[in-house]
Amino acid sequence: MKEVMVDDNASKKYKRKSLYAFIAFFIMIGAAYGSWKWLNHQPLDGGLRGGIQQPLRNVLDANEKLFTSTFDRNKLIKEYPKSEAVKKVRVNGDAGLDTTFFDAKDWKLQIVKSNNDTLFITLDDIRALPKTEVTFNFKCIEGWNQVTNWGGVRFSDFAKHYGLAKEMDLKYVGMKTPDEEYYVGIDMPSILQPQTILCYEMNGSPLPMNQGFPLRLIIPVKYGVKHIKRIGTIFFNNEKPADYWAERGYDYYTGH
Amino acid sequence: MPVKIIHKHKLATRWMHWINFPLLTIMIWSGMLIYWANDVYQIKIGNTVLVKFFPEWFYNFFHVPHRLAEGMAFHFVFMWLFMMNGLFYVCYTLFSGEWRYLLPNKKSFKEAWQVLLQDLHLRKEKPPQTKYNAAQRVAYSMIILMGLGSIITGLAIYKPFQLQWLLTLCGGYEVARVIHFVLTIGYVLFFVIHIVQVILAGWNNFRAMVAGFEIIKVKEEAAPTTIENKE
Repeated sequence: MKEVMVDDNASKKYKRKSLYAFIAFFIMIGAAYGSWKWLNHQPLDGGLRGGIQQPLRNVLDANEKLFTSTFDRNKLIKEYPKSEAVKKVRVNGDAGLDTTFFDAKDWKLQIVKSNNDTLFITLDDIRALPKTEVTFNFKCIEGWNQVTNWGGVRFSDFAKHYGLAKEMDLKYVGMKTPDEEYYVGIDMPSILQPQTILCYEMNGSPLPMNQGFPLRLIIPVKYGVKHIKRIGTIFFNNEKPADYWAERGYDYYTGH
Repeated sequence: MPVKIIHKHKLATRWMHWINFPLLTIMIWSGMLIYWANDVYQIKIGNTVLVKFFPEWFYNFFHVPHRLAEGMAFHFVFMWLFMMNGLFYVCYTLFSGEWRYLLPNKKSFKEAWQVLLQDLHLRKEKPPQTKYNAAQRVAYSMIILMGLGSIITGLAIYKPFQLQWLLTLCGGYEVARVIHFVLTIGYVLFFVIHIVQVILAGWNNFRAMVAGFEIIKVKEEAAPTTIENKE
């Protein structure tokens, strides 16, 4: 801290300097306010569904690039003893679960291959594959979490069994409910992480209707919004498949 | 009449201070939009809820409800600017030597208490000070540590799988989230006290944060002060 004594002339100079500083200060406040207004008035990227301002989306996409580039598909999420899993599993969201036109007996999982052939796979076929269980801290994007237990077939085992090697070379997997009301898009490294399962059991029993009977996705490296319930169709693409919550302004990646 | 100029805050310090203000405001605001989606914190004694974070009127006043997606988008964009500004400040303070004025020394904690008593009019004289008094040293250093705490717990909540080690360091997901929340409340309290102190400290002190210097009229016994005083 420097102190100087100055005469009248220099004192006037400092007063002028002080005035300029305040003018600059108010210009900066105006600029900041203007930028804020500009950002908030940018068109939303989700069209009629809402979404978020395009500049924000661009940064979220850059965040995604950063975190996918550091993602290690062999790294495992912490698992808990099965006994720690809650019995009363929270139900959140029912998009795509309307049972009016849904007949469980007719359900078959449809896999659209890259040559556009479609495989139809029954629940019994899926249950016949090696079973993997995962007990982990399920995290909802809203901020709550629960230790839950799930059983099903590891997605990578499933893909190997059905000869989906070519599809696994693409960048994204898309999944839709039978009524196409709910849909997610997921990056390939996350879907091939060994704890990601096509899940048909919760706490050792078949999935309840409100948890997505007969088959849902459990992908522990993502927030709950990506754990689509009642999968109808799975397809593969190099482009990002449509994603229900991303269209409504959420981060597309939502990995954690 | 002679005038004393005290050069107080460096240009870089002023820039970073004023940039931090809107950034922190945006972080707190967007954080509130996120917190609303799972607003479980409250202060209870027995079964009586003393404070619920936050009451309905509060949410409605700030238009918080049903804006989780928006809150996350702003939070995860502006976090970069907030972190960068904080990082620049820490680096600048270290390399410019300004840390000498800022970091508390051996005497600071005792003196900070004396400053507090003086502020509350329980004590007459101030302990000696340079750029910042002892209470400011403690508070301004603490706020930097709090910022670091927010970054660490924030990253742990943001990427609890990829940064699993950081989450473990924080004591788990729930603990990290509580710390992140409490630190935010801390900023708001800091802000309130800060504003009161700035008002009490007066115009010259505020001018120093904008222009960098204070202009102090020095009273000389024999000096003819009448003319200059009109200015």
